[in-house]
Amino acid sequence: MQTQEYDAIVVGSGISGGWAAKELTEKGLKVLVLERGKNIEHIKDYVNATKGPWEYPHRGGRTRAMEELYPVLKRDYPLNETNLDYWASDKDSPYTEVKRFDWFRGYHVGGRSLMWGRQSYRHSDFDFEANAKEGVAVDWPIRYAEISPWYDYVETHAGINGSIEGMPQLPDGKFLPPMRLNCGEQMVADKANKIFGPHRRIIPGRSANLTQNHDGRTQCQYRNACWLGCPYGAYFSSQSSTLPHAAKTGRMTLKPYQIVSEVLYDKNAKRATGVRAMDALSNEMMDYKAKVVFLCASTLNSTWLLMRSATDVWPGGLGSSSGELGHNLMDHHFRAGAQGNLEGLDDKYVFGRRPNGFYIPRYRNLFGDKRGYLRGFGYQGGAGRDDWGRAVAELGVGGKFKDAMAMPGGWNIGATAFGEMLPNHNNKITLDPNKKDKWGMPVLAIDCATGENEHAMRRDMQVDMAELLNAAGVKDVTVYDAGYFPGDGIHEMGTARMGRDPKTSVLNSHNQVWDAQNVFVTDGSCMVSAACVNPSLTYMALTARAADFAVNELKRRNI
Amino acid sequence: MTDKDTAVLDTPEMITRRQAVLRVSALLGGAALIGSTAWITGCNTEKPAATGGEAFTNDDVAYLDEIADTILPTTSTPGAKAAKTGAFMALMVRDTYSPEDEKIFRDGMKALDKASKDKNGGKSFMQATPEQRLALLEALDKEQFDYNTKQRAEAKKKSDAFLTERQQGKPEPQSTQATQIVDQPPNKYFRMMKELALLGYFTSEIGMTQAQRYVEAPGRYDPCIPYDGKPAWAGHA
Repeated sequence: MQTQEYDAIVVGSGISGGWAAKELTEKGLKVLVLERGKNIEHIKDYVNATKGPWEYPHRGGRTRAMEELYPVLKRDYPLNETNLDYWASDKDSPYTEVKRFDWFRGYHVGGRSLMWGRQSYRHSDFDFEANAKEGVAVDWPIRYAEISPWYDYVETHAGINGSIEGMPQLPDGKFLPPMRLNCGEQMVADKANKIFGPHRRIIPGRSANLTQNHDGRTQCQYRNACWLGCPYGAYFSSQSSTLPHAAKTGRMTLKPYQIVSEVLYDKNAKRATGVRAMDALSNEMMDYKAKVVFLCASTLNSTWLLMRSATDVWPGGLGSSSGELGHNLMDHHFRAGAQGNLEGLDDKYVFGRRPNGFYIPRYRNLFGDKRGYLRGFGYQGGAGRDDWGRAVAELGVGGKFKDAMAMPGGWNIGATAFGEMLPNHNNKITLDPNKKDKWGMPVLAIDCATGENEHAMRRDMQVDMAELLNAAGVKDVTVYDAGYFPGDGIHEMGTARMGRDPKTSVLNSHNQVWDAQNVFVTDGSCMVSAACVNPSLTYMALTARAADFAVNELKRRNI
Repeated sequence: MTDKDTAVLDTPEMITRRQAVLRVSALLGGAALIGSTAWITGCNTEKPAATGGEAFTNDDVAYLDEIADTILPTTSTPGAKAAKTGAFMALMVRDTYSPEDEKIFRDGMKALDKASKDKNGGKSFMQATPEQRLALLEALDKEQFDYNTKQRAEAKKKSDAFLTERQQGKPEPQSTQATQIVDQPPNKYFRMMKELALLGYFTSEIGMTQAQRYVEAPGRYDPCIPYDGKPAWAGHA
């Protein structure tokens, strides 16, 4: 077996891995980035990015042959003809569903930073303090004041658009100009914001799309085709934003097709010495040595790696001494809300396709509100005019019908809530002793379900939106609950939580594994609670913060 | 991606989800309304492996072209035949429909022909005049529309009942299962044809760039401007 030596190894190249690579290289470290899947080169490999929508044989849809190949992916929107290359193969990447869990993965350079929804919100102290105040799970080991400068730092680099709102439950940040509400949204916002007061308001969505040229990247062209990869680099991805900076230092080595199978652990020194990886194409094993290891392999996979490491010391793997490794899996439950039609705007329209919408920050169980459940939810929604799709349900065939359906239809508005899911020790992942993937590696068994708190919350997720729309004069308001299974939110979090005590947490306040202080886990695995906001911005901030800490500790020879 | 998508749902993530579900519902042969309730179905149909029946013949495609062109004829802009909608419909039925739905569709092609012969003195759909074709499809469309109207009223009633129950403090069902039911029209072949014709036409190059207006890279976002009375802006993939 060959061995190569670096200062740091970063496992994974998605949102967290890209940030770790950028920060560690810029601080002078020689860094190896290992990615389990193929390379996708910025712009060059975005093969469908400028295709006409009519160029897809099935116009972007899915075939039965595709459904055969992707039994998991077919459960939701990712199975489609336009960017299927960006989603991991279900056949090559099996897992066991003790209960249904929709796991949608991106195994390639950039990971899901290529396809993410780009909504970017900060956690507040309401979120960081909730566990401790309510006696749920364990306390976050940090507070907003500690992460706030790191939110500033990552927002400033990534380019997040948003408006300054002064809402304590959703801290403002270092924003590029917002993507403005359209006529329909503004009309409803003007009415609703007066009725419901300062804490329950419609504001412009905050997203990682550039509203100005920024950091050598071109501003958004309002194509709303982000998920194909942006030829302008106008949204944040590892490819557009972090990896180019890491490459520029000359200190990054990026290796695709390297499946890291374990963290190498020296039990005498009580520290990691590197990682072992398998070449996904040749199945050849290789050891890589480094002073520090960052696990950014995505929520479930970083934990999978820990479970496979140092098993001679801890049968459950590195970080399992707490009894919490693999536990407290969370997601956001969603797809419940309300919608309706808007009147009086038929002489108004929009130009351009905004890859963003409106947001209503959480207001439940805050500011004196008290519900029969804990935590709350935020709404993401939008207004717009109907397109030809309305034609199916309308009466008509023939020339007049055709010409009428080519015109914009009426305005409507709707939103879905994203609800916080409580950390629960029983929601867990384990290594399946009976199943292996094609590389001979054990696969994960996922056992996760929603609980009473989530179920109770879903009532308000529907009723509250209907209440707001009705109050704002929206017509034909209907509620919906389209159903939810864990994983659907693609916001999987937890399984290697941070904490204040090595007896009840896997990571400390700097994302160091308590049992191996030169191993950092900075992706979604580290989350102690889920809040109700989209989590990626928090992974960026935690990663940059941990990288800064790691380099200082290296300099002080503490790790 | 169109404003329709932003309308009922939300953020980029959800916009694409809705777009996808819209498409899926179309692909499922109209199991769900394309419209305000479409994305609600949360489609996860377990379907058997693709087998695919017989290929559609050139005659079949020509027939489908005429059906589509009756629904969406040439006006000031080219019609469905010019946009090769018949071939698209055949491809979609073969590649995306379940065997059951494919059978419904193929049987529907025969049923439509028979209806034409019965009504028009033995003339098949292909032999019928444009007026006769239109009359046939209008009758089928009316049937579907009445069904859809009933479905929408049901959905609204359910939604109102839910809100009333909640206001009265009745307990929430203890699950995150979908509460809406996917509608299954009793006679859906025409619905399939209309849906595929609309999808095929309005997402074709002609449908997007001539019937509607398409700008690949708008370059800016105007959130509220006077409507100029012209066709809709078409979306992206």
